Amino acid sequence: MKCSEFLNELTNYLDGVIDESTKVELENHLSWCHNCYVVCDTTKKTIEIYRDSQLYELPDDLRGRLRSAIMKKCQQHKRRGPESV
Amino acid sequence: MGAIQNKLEQPVSDELALVRAAKQGDDSAFEELVRRYDRNVFRIAQHITQNREDAEDVVQEAFLKAYSNLAKFQEQSKFYTWLVRIAVNEALMKLRRKKPERTVSLDEDIKTEDDSLPREIADWSPNPEQQYTQAELREILSKTIQGLPPGFRTVFVLRDVEGLSTEETAAALELSVPAVKSRLLRARLQLRERLGKFFRKRGNGNGDNREDGNRPSGDGNQ
Repeated sequence: MKCSEFLNELTNYLDGVIDESTKVELENHLSWCHNCYVVCDTTKKTIEIYRDSQLYELPDDLRGRLRSAIMKKCQQHKRRGPESV
Repeated sequence: MGAIQNKLEQPVSDELALVRAAKQGDDSAFEELVRRYDRNVFRIAQHITQNREDAEDVVQEAFLKAYSNLAKFQEQSKFYTWLVRIAVNEALMKLRRKKPERTVSLDEDIKTEDDSLPREIADWSPNPEQQYTQAELREILSKTIQGLPPGFRTVFVLRDVEGLSTEETAAALELSVPAVKSRLLRARLQLRERLGKFFRKRGNGNGDNREDGNRPSGDGNQ
């Protein structure tokens, strides 16, 4: 397996949707190609850091206000009928 | 090294019951759906619009649209996937209104092919995120993802932050599965490349003498 082929399979590999023989080839490639190993490892870390980052959490007070506003608008919509949106 | 672990799926067994009750006019059931997904919709909206007020508007508009079109929801997909599709469309509309000079489209990305090829191969510190305070880290992550085209960051957020499957992401964005996979790969590689600047091991020469160091600095190219 060449580095470019490894790169094409990277997303499937990280997502765990890869057939067994490709996985064996890929892990064999990773065992000797340090650059691909680093790319794979740091890509995985990238995903984990974003997933665990709690970026753009909705604060409780804003959340409450938004929910009230949504339900109020929904009730107005119900009273006015389906033409209002 | 193996596959990344996905977040636990939300229980969907009673989602359909809530949707059906809401369709029958039970507003408390709809409110429960709001409560269940408002955080996700807000996060997705802010990732796309990059603006908190816009994200607040998107949350309200998306839920109101879902409410008023609930009768049209066919129950062939998960309610959440349908809701995400509405929210993504609302968020993209906001972005188009704000940046009419830029084409904002989920199809825009082909020209950036070469950006995805790894150039920096330096390894990262063992726990790179611990080098920064929470606030610094959030700024780094936020600035970094802002630099991606909207079509890339939307796919990344749905797949990797929100944990939608490739198929669900494709359905929510009206893209093919191969298109989602290709964008996801490029989004992941571009983010990795950009984060490397902040997270790579110090003193690891690797022929890279850039000295832009570890300060969060407007990395976005928008």
